[in-house]
Amino acid sequence: MTASNETLNGSGLKTFVADWSSDQRSFKNVPWAKAMMWIFLVSDTFIFGCFLIGYMTVRMSTIEPWPNASEVFALEIAGHHLPLILIAIMTFILISSSGTMAMAVMSGYKKDRKTTTILLLITAAFGASFVGMQAFEWTKLISEGVRPWGNPFGAPQFGSVFFMVTGFHGAHVTIGVIAILNIARKVWKGDYDTGKKGFFTSQPGRYETVEVLGLYWHFVDLVWVFIFALFYLW
Amino acid sequence: MAQSSGTQAHTHTETQTHTHTETHTETQTHPLSTYLWIWGWLFVLSTMSYMVDIFQLQGLLRWSLILIFMMLKAGLIVAIFMHVKWERLALTFVILAPPIFVLVFTALMVAESDYTHATREVFLP
Repeated sequence: MTASNETLNGSGLKTFVADWSSDQRSFKNVPWAKAMMWIFLVSDTFIFGCFLIGYMTVRMSTIEPWPNASEVFALEIAGHHLPLILIAIMTFILISSSGTMAMAVMSGYKKDRKTTTILLLITAAFGASFVGMQAFEWTKLISEGVRPWGNPFGAPQFGSVFFMVTGFHGAHVTIGVIAILNIARKVWKGDYDTGKKGFFTSQPGRYETVEVLGLYWHFVDLVWVFIFALFYLW
Repeated sequence: MAQSSGTQAHTHTETQTHTHTETHTETQTHPLSTYLWIWGWLFVLSTMSYMVDIFQLQGLLRWSLILIFMMLKAGLIVAIFMHVKWERLALTFVILAPPIFVLVFTALMVAESDYTHATREVFLP
């Protein structure tokens, strides 16, 4: 009993070995939903990892010149030619939404219902504006003749990679916005204070749900960090 | 005798409840300043990676700067915003170890696309 308590509360490599060699659950002190979300996120990492590896493969193996993303995504704003400006704004918006989400998780654990709801709604608004800008970007590129099978700027693989990678990421953002709005509604109603059972899970409502939602949202931001660096800047 | 065993049972339940709460109450609470600092750093790092494009840095300098800023941003998000820094090691390893295979896959595909590129150079006009 004493020994198990020691490994339960301790830290470091000893707890790692003790946790994985125990007959009980491996993820001690970790809520069930959080462990499941992490396992989903690791699998999603592989999905986006495969997309980006596919992108690398077609870009490295094509003999046609790759379109210059800096110019393709440039915008004329008030007579100024600004390279990559929309993508930069989208990046800052998504980072800001991650900041408000982190603060929402924090206020959730303080059981501050009102602040949590407001922060979640701000996060959702940032996310929705991100998707809106992405729709604008898609419209612009499609009108310029970019298609999954070809484009006027260079290697035809550019279009297929662009639509697939940003499309999948945009879908993740959209799903995230819907989930945030739903959780914000539950926080506002006080489901996590009363422990009301969830419709799908039948689990009593807890503020941990906000953190689990936060994990998903930060992951969406994380994927964008990689897309921004490897697709838009490279 | 009965009383003593009763007390014992009571103590036992108490211990169980104690352990039970211990395994459940580990919530992630950190001061607001932590999040604001990281938010600020993410802004700075994003601005710097955007500057790489504004100043049109090219070649090895561009690629290394892009990768450095990318890894720093990703590290901050995962460690602080996603609380991995404070998670138990058993979970941390589950999160951080599998993506190593993505790097192995990347290395394999670098070799493969080099080969494809060389073949195209030879056989396509």
